[in-house]
Amino acid sequence: MADRPLRAATTTPRMNPLQRFSAVIGIDTHLLGMVGILAALWIAFDVLTNGIFLSPRNLFNLALQASVVGILATGMTLVIVARHIDLSVGSLLGFIGMFGAIVQVDMLPVGAWYTWIVTCLLMLVLGALIGALQGWWIAYRGVPAFVVTLGGLLIFRNGAWQLSEGKTISPLDETYRLIGGGIEGTIGEFWRWVTGAIAIAGIIWLSLRTRKKRQRYGFSVKPLAVEWALIAVWIALVVAFVQTMNTYHRPRTEIPSGIPIPFLILLLVALGMTVVAKSTKFGRYVYAIGGRPESAELAGVDVKRITRFIFVVMGTLSALGAIVITARLNAAASVTGTMTELNVIAAAVIGGVSLTGGTGAVFGAVLGAVFIQSLENGMILLGIPTPTQRIVVGVVLILAVWVDVVYQRRR
Amino acid sequence: MTGAAMATSPPLVEMRNIYKHFGGVHALEDVSIELASGEVLGILGHNGAGKSTLIKILAGAERADAGEIRIEGEPVTIENPRDAKTLGIETIYQTLALAENLDAPANVFLGRELTTQSGLLDEEAMEHETGTVLNRLGLQIASLRETVMNLSGGQRQAIAISRAVYFNAKILIMDEPTAALGPEETAKVAELVHRLKGEGLGIFLISHDIHDVFDLSDRLAVLKNGRLVGVCRTRDVTKDDVLGMIILGKTPRGQPPRDAGAPGESVPGAMGGGE
Repeated sequence: MADRPLRAATTTPRMNPLQRFSAVIGIDTHLLGMVGILAALWIAFDVLTNGIFLSPRNLFNLALQASVVGILATGMTLVIVARHIDLSVGSLLGFIGMFGAIVQVDMLPVGAWYTWIVTCLLMLVLGALIGALQGWWIAYRGVPAFVVTLGGLLIFRNGAWQLSEGKTISPLDETYRLIGGGIEGTIGEFWRWVTGAIAIAGIIWLSLRTRKKRQRYGFSVKPLAVEWALIAVWIALVVAFVQTMNTYHRPRTEIPSGIPIPFLILLLVALGMTVVAKSTKFGRYVYAIGGRPESAELAGVDVKRITRFIFVVMGTLSALGAIVITARLNAAASVTGTMTELNVIAAAVIGGVSLTGGTGAVFGAVLGAVFIQSLENGMILLGIPTPTQRIVVGVVLILAVWVDVVYQRRR
Repeated sequence: MTGAAMATSPPLVEMRNIYKHFGGVHALEDVSIELASGEVLGILGHNGAGKSTLIKILAGAERADAGEIRIEGEPVTIENPRDAKTLGIETIYQTLALAENLDAPANVFLGRELTTQSGLLDEEAMEHETGTVLNRLGLQIASLRETVMNLSGGQRQAIAISRAVYFNAKILIMDEPTAALGPEETAKVAELVHRLKGEGLGIFLISHDIHDVFDLSDRLAVLKNGRLVGVCRTRDVTKDDVLGMIILGKTPRGQPPRDAGAPGESVPGAMGGGE
């Protein structure tokens, strides 16, 4: 009896070529599909616009435009995975942005070296505090996140208006503005290669370390050739990205722009949030709660504390988004960020984050943000009027979720 | 191991005069039970008799309105599942309480993850340990990285058991452990109960079906309508006696109404008056 397993080993599931490919390279088929669709969209737009879409200049703009929604979408991933929603992030962009503008323009000395640092820190702290407050209502007072953050949407949008009595505050601190990725807001020739080199070193180190560890425990590993081929592909992508960003020159100069700072922030946030989601206890608990909150609680997870912390993270990322968007606009208005919450939720959902909770990757949500921004950007280049653009995004949203439903049913 | 042998040292678990009501419904009224190390106590009763509520209070999933819990003689407060686990109380729920969207190692270590020196999750170590504990229990899962929702009922049960046993539990609560299993898997669970009992664990087996627990239990406690009908040594009674207790709420003739050394219980003369 003792040598018989409880249930015979499962048969190896039948896999189609795509699934097998995704298993080999270790990326989810859903994400792989996303990348494929995004690539198809880009090529289509490029053909339709006679090569404008994939020009370095447009890619530079696209990177810039996708940043704010992408940053927020990483946090929205955790929120939705844990079966919640946050409708207040757009209003928070406006409110925290207005707060930051007032701090740096009215309260701190104009042009001092520390003005931008103090402003950013205060904004991030405010974002975390607002997130903690909303999270407290949701986790400890049992008010549904939809209601709390819908209240937050009204409160912070109009709070922004009251802070400035409806005025737009501009211009902002010069150093602060660099974060928005304006003409000077990029990392130049030298630093972009440093960034690229760090990324490449990181890829190699991470791949080989994981491999070594799996071997130590006697687990199966990919063939060494496949491992290196994968590393080579990643390195090629990094080099291609850095090179593209570099071929766009600052207007009327020969100076390469390098990577816009907001996009660099997005990359770092996406990387950091992926680590948080996949490799920390907190991230593990977020997914466990999304799977079944009661089970997580019975397993010993402090569901309330984790829930509140999810909103602290979302609030902090909202503040980061507020910094980027006000820096880019060089102004804070009470309407800044209106409707952004819907783009952020759409980005997460298109990126494969399931509204039923428990599944979805940070990287997918970022791809979703890039996808939505690519759609808008491409349609603008084609001269399609704004209302039509929004209609298309709406249709795409429904289609994306439909594809996900079909995909889930097939599993 | 039971009875006189335990008289010198305090019992592993004592639940005394436990009360719990939901709204106007009295789920538990003045229930007291004890469990010794290396003992299996079957808790029987119809659906709604209060057995699940009783063990949920011990597991930290519910809080008693009144009553006292002692572990090895020490009064303890159990406010949530984390408190219970700290005290060495592990529970295998009927629903198994697994996160279906996660894999086996994630479930076994949920709430108590192994981390590397940098504080990040040590996936490889958890996968390795999960394989080890499954092996030790004579259980097996082909693909540890598969999400639980794609596994069979027996495999899920294996994960839930591994999770309860891995962290050196002193007290194991099994709620309807074999209700969802086939004959072969049921035998497997029975063997496991014997083994863990031999290792000195105290085990609560909860069931509404006497056949599930009769052969495994050293003693049986019967609940009806939130009250304790009685506790008896399994070897002193027949299944029919116990069925009588479950259905009629009466202790069998010639049988002491309660177990020796279980103080504080009101002796039920005619029970089941709540209906």
